[in-house]
Amino acid sequence: MTASPASSVSIDLSAAPVRVIRVEVRPRVGEPDAAASAALAEARVAAGPVGDVRLARVYLIEAPLDDAAAALLARELLADPINQEAAVGVSPLPAGGATLEVHYQAGVMDPVAQSTRHAIVEMFPGLRAEQVEVRTGFRYDFHDTAAGPEALKRFVERSLANPVIQDIHAQPFHPEKFAHGSDYAPVVRHVAMRELDDAGLVKMSREAHLFLSLEEMRAVRDYFRAGDREPTDAELETLAQTWSEHCVHKTLKSTVRYTEPAGKPTIPNVAGRAGHTINPDGSLTIENLLKSTIAAATFNLMHQDPNGLGTWCVSVFKDNAGIVRFDAQDGVCIKVETHNHPSAIEPYGGAATGIGGCIRDVMGTGLAAKPIANTDVFCVAYPDAPSGGKAGESAGNSGGSAWTTDTTAIPKGVIPPTRTLKQVVAGVRDYGNRIGIPTINGAVWFHPDYLANPLVFAGCVGLIPLDKCFGQAKNADRIIALGGRTGRDGIHGATFSSAELTDTHADEFAHAVQIGNAITQKGVLDVLLQARDIPASEGGPLFNAITDCGAGGFSSAVGEMGKDLGAHVTLETAPLKYSGLSYTEIWISEAQERMVLAVPPEKVERLKALCDAQDVEMCDLGQFGWLSSGPGGGEPVLALSYKGIEVGKMSMHFLHEGIPTPTREASWDGSSTVAPAPVRKTSVAPDAPIGEILAALLAHPNIASKHWIIRQYDHEVQGGSVVKPLVGPAQDGPSDASVLRPKLGSDRGIAIGSGLQTGLGEKTPGGDSYWMALAAIDEAVRNVVCAGADPTRIAILDNFCWPRCDDPRQLGSLVRAAEACYDGAMAYRTPFVSGKDSLSNQFTTEDGKLITIPPTLLITALGMVPDVTHSRTMDAKAAGNSLLIIGRTGTQVGGSHFATVTGDGSRDARIPHVDLAIGPKTAAAVADLIARGLVASAHDCSDGGMLTAAAEMAFAGRVGLDVDLDGLPAERELDDATACFAETPSRYLLEVAPAKLDAVVRLLRQAGLAFGQVGRFAAHQRLTVRCAKHGRLADVALDDLRAAWLGPLDW
Amino acid sequence: MAGMRPKTLIIRAAGTNCDRELAHAFELAGALTQTIHLNELIREPGWVEQAEIIGFPGGFSYGDDIAAGRIFANRLRRRLLEPLRAAVARGTPIIGICNGFQVLVKLGLLPDPDAAGQSATLADNVNGRFIDRWVRVEAPESRCVWTRGLGKFELPIAHGEGRFVPASDDLLKRWTDAGQIALRYAPDDNPNGSTADIAGVCDASGLVLGLMPHPERYTHLTNHPQWTRRQAAGQFVPPAGLGFFVNAVKHVRAAAAAKAEPAVAAQ
Repeated sequence: MTASPASSVSIDLSAAPVRVIRVEVRPRVGEPDAAASAALAEARVAAGPVGDVRLARVYLIEAPLDDAAAALLARELLADPINQEAAVGVSPLPAGGATLEVHYQAGVMDPVAQSTRHAIVEMFPGLRAEQVEVRTGFRYDFHDTAAGPEALKRFVERSLANPVIQDIHAQPFHPEKFAHGSDYAPVVRHVAMRELDDAGLVKMSREAHLFLSLEEMRAVRDYFRAGDREPTDAELETLAQTWSEHCVHKTLKSTVRYTEPAGKPTIPNVAGRAGHTINPDGSLTIENLLKSTIAAATFNLMHQDPNGLGTWCVSVFKDNAGIVRFDAQDGVCIKVETHNHPSAIEPYGGAATGIGGCIRDVMGTGLAAKPIANTDVFCVAYPDAPSGGKAGESAGNSGGSAWTTDTTAIPKGVIPPTRTLKQVVAGVRDYGNRIGIPTINGAVWFHPDYLANPLVFAGCVGLIPLDKCFGQAKNADRIIALGGRTGRDGIHGATFSSAELTDTHADEFAHAVQIGNAITQKGVLDVLLQARDIPASEGGPLFNAITDCGAGGFSSAVGEMGKDLGAHVTLETAPLKYSGLSYTEIWISEAQERMVLAVPPEKVERLKALCDAQDVEMCDLGQFGWLSSGPGGGEPVLALSYKGIEVGKMSMHFLHEGIPTPTREASWDGSSTVAPAPVRKTSVAPDAPIGEILAALLAHPNIASKHWIIRQYDHEVQGGSVVKPLVGPAQDGPSDASVLRPKLGSDRGIAIGSGLQTGLGEKTPGGDSYWMALAAIDEAVRNVVCAGADPTRIAILDNFCWPRCDDPRQLGSLVRAAEACYDGAMAYRTPFVSGKDSLSNQFTTEDGKLITIPPTLLITALGMVPDVTHSRTMDAKAAGNSLLIIGRTGTQVGGSHFATVTGDGSRDARIPHVDLAIGPKTAAAVADLIARGLVASAHDCSDGGMLTAAAEMAFAGRVGLDVDLDGLPAERELDDATACFAETPSRYLLEVAPAKLDAVVRLLRQAGLAFGQVGRFAAHQRLTVRCAKHGRLADVALDDLRAAWLGPLDW
Repeated sequence: MAGMRPKTLIIRAAGTNCDRELAHAFELAGALTQTIHLNELIREPGWVEQAEIIGFPGGFSYGDDIAAGRIFANRLRRRLLEPLRAAVARGTPIIGICNGFQVLVKLGLLPDPDAAGQSATLADNVNGRFIDRWVRVEAPESRCVWTRGLGKFELPIAHGEGRFVPASDDLLKRWTDAGQIALRYAPDDNPNGSTADIAGVCDASGLVLGLMPHPERYTHLTNHPQWTRRQAAGQFVPPAGLGFFVNAVKHVRAAAAAKAEPAVAAQ
């Protein structure tokens, strides 16, 4: 059976009226259809007996095409002739069942519709793009079911669609025509605020979604009072965005007064630190928290070592991403962003545009970097309890069912955690894979209080020539936008992300939802790199500066680039997705895949030619260099016009410097800032056999295998993969970090790893974000060192996700974490090069209950690997090799997974502390052993403790292991469980071959480090544990341990 | 002709993303490469005539929207099918990797260019998901110039739509008998449910190869997932992916030499 050959089609457009053609495409009967099977399984759980589910993609095509053309489209473009069937119109409904359809709402980005439209236009010569509009949807046929349409609709709404962006139809949807945007007649809107009192300002801030504080609202009002006029809506929106927490990081940059009930601060080392003053009353004043802690560490390190770290750090804290030197020609840049609020209301689009936005940050660094790797870390609530029921409390020691969320108790406005996790993974997958950037590193942390505020961290690494690391817009440069068209999507994203979520946010902020189109961005990237790489002798590069259009859209991008020069923007020149947008909507839309460039006028045509050749859209939005009194003089202003009408004109100085900077109050009382979450128990008691506890730990979702996620990401595109996220003979061992070669002709590499120690924060009794932050830095360093990074060339990044910091207790916790960042960066000599914060992560339920997230600090580490052939993987290599542990084990089990899993209450419940003298020294010694080729495998000893890490090495390598606890160096005598499962920081596990053992022992003694042999790899397939005092403690099959680890998230 | 560097044309479109590593692999094998956008090729089909090897890289051309490779294939079918057929007739080796394979199959150039349309498809993986992992493969005896002598080895796959489905059992038998099955997954390592474990097929001439695994991602020792284990065991295994490109370059050099010899003799 073969399809008919293609023919050149010409149609008589005058003969066919404009109408909507409907085409359904579905797999032939008998063909596997995984999506339909998954829907069937879920439908049976949710809605009772269902015989079958069949799924069809529905194309709605509005165009002047006749029936013959419709048939041709269905046959030649939309359906596969081998395994699919197409129906034009509505195919018969299932007897004894029901049909539901899910269609994107008008205006929601639908990449398939866009591509289909282009393909249709190309098929029919004479057809113009503007004559065709395509929308797509899905048809679900539920066969043989007694479930009523209402029950099925509820199921579809919950499991198969998101009502924020999609409509659900109870019958096949075939409109006669599409609703189109109407023309927009510009009317300049002024907002009366000059006469408002405080109450009025507060009301306006909330109701207009400005989310500015009273003090900020007063500053805005006073600016316009002084100018004797009311602001236009565009001006007010510009200020709200520019001053949003999301864009300006006002909390981290503010002056903070920090107090503790006992008087003097208990934060180590702060006395005498620059920017820090201890007041007579014992309180601590910190000027510009970010500058005095995180950035101060970097600048101190650079200053102390001008020829080393001083030149290695190329650009820090000033651009979209931090840049360090890679080799003599190129730098690497890195940025990690969060996209938490958008992912809470539309997880797929939120996560996809999160990674998309972070990629654009890298594309918009210097004069454009080439993205080479992505990372993703998610913090979510435990998966849904099976059958949507109550959370399990009674589950045993394996399988993931002990760690679930009771979906019957999910607050209104919250998406269930399993759907959230599945959708965010799909979002990162579809964006990262499509744009061709390997996603190489990640983690997932589960905690019940992430239920309403899931965290989505997305990172991107780029390669950039050292002579292209800086850009600056010049006077008279044109303001050029590249990429996607502007629509109503993403309006108010920046201000929305700076607000607290409530049960009504999904409705109120549907317009803030963004859906990405990776292929549009890939096209922009292709053009940018070509425009960048034209040599100076041939007139390149074609632009002087570039930035991405992220939060705040054109408003933020142009406002930032034109800060010192002024800018004039002609808003009517922006290409729109559909008509009817107001000038303000154009200005603040956060539509995706757009970059703004400063292009010298004489180079605009060449850039346009590059764009045209590759179907990339470009427009000229105005010019940089605009002063209050016109070309004659005055101060730089941001001037906005629409079709010749002035719709805004504001001082750049006021926009960027006018934000009030009040002193913020922070306090910390040494106890938890909120009631600690109850410690969850499995049936495994703290005194259970070691083997049972080990299996339960391996099955905890934080530790359990993430292969279900990792395998969906292309982690090898671009061809430079060296250490993959999953390693070992069966590719199922968890890597500490990933290593890749950014330049295929070179053996120099980079390692990417992360540290996340949320268990040590204030949601744990006795938790302290100071020690949590240090542990995260220590862990991030350990991870990249294990893979082969040079510890003297590691850059780190901070991502703070906290509840609202206008609560002094939350800010107190944040201050302690920031101070730890200073101490950690100085001790490990790891400069922070970039960072980002998200400080409104809390949720108020319909009945007024407040859910705050655990204070969360993600540390990402980027390490240089001088020679990738010395990289290490964590899988055990051979029987007969020794297993050494480097570093002493402490008594503390507070915040550990052991405590969480067993509910232990009898051991030392304090949280462990990083020793800043020992941690860096240990990292250096381990790196030295690896660089000398003395180590067969290396693994970070962290979540779950020594025995968990040792078991991972053994089962990943398919090599048995006999553990002897008597070899474990400890601070004092430990009970067996503490010895096995304490999560003391700064420890490493190394596998060493017999021939190399003497050399390793000698070097570790020279380094003055505590170490010991805790086991020997053996030619069997079991893990045994013994100690002299108690004899044999465990004897478990590696297969069983691996199964416990693989099972919980094997979705 | 031993040192001759065959001119290799790499064709990209919106969403192509494996073009750089494909060019690198060809360069390592001794070819000269030129990467060109499909739009430019449609304007200037002469590029195809000059090419001595042609590569269709992996990626997500046009977002995989509608179906993987469909829009790219439709554009080629309307504008470039004849020049490509002529290139094959002239003896030009062509490779389509992953998305490139999907394009060649949906274009109808593979496995059976005489079928006047599509004779097979690459459908959704049977588990419905994108998968990235390494698989064991074998190049059986076949007509394919690209896989000659490669034997058994490992390569990475990274795709969501790689399940090879022939239009009929008869066709499959014909291709099998004719030596057109160029690459198979190990029977216990078929990642996507492909019929008869098919990972790659060639046309009847053996010049046109399409495959789902990515040989261009295995051109360096450290690409292999087990390289640290092999290193620990003192084993050296050359990167098998490179073999595909070396084979094509050798083929072109040999063909050029064969063509040149009579001319030399005539002088």
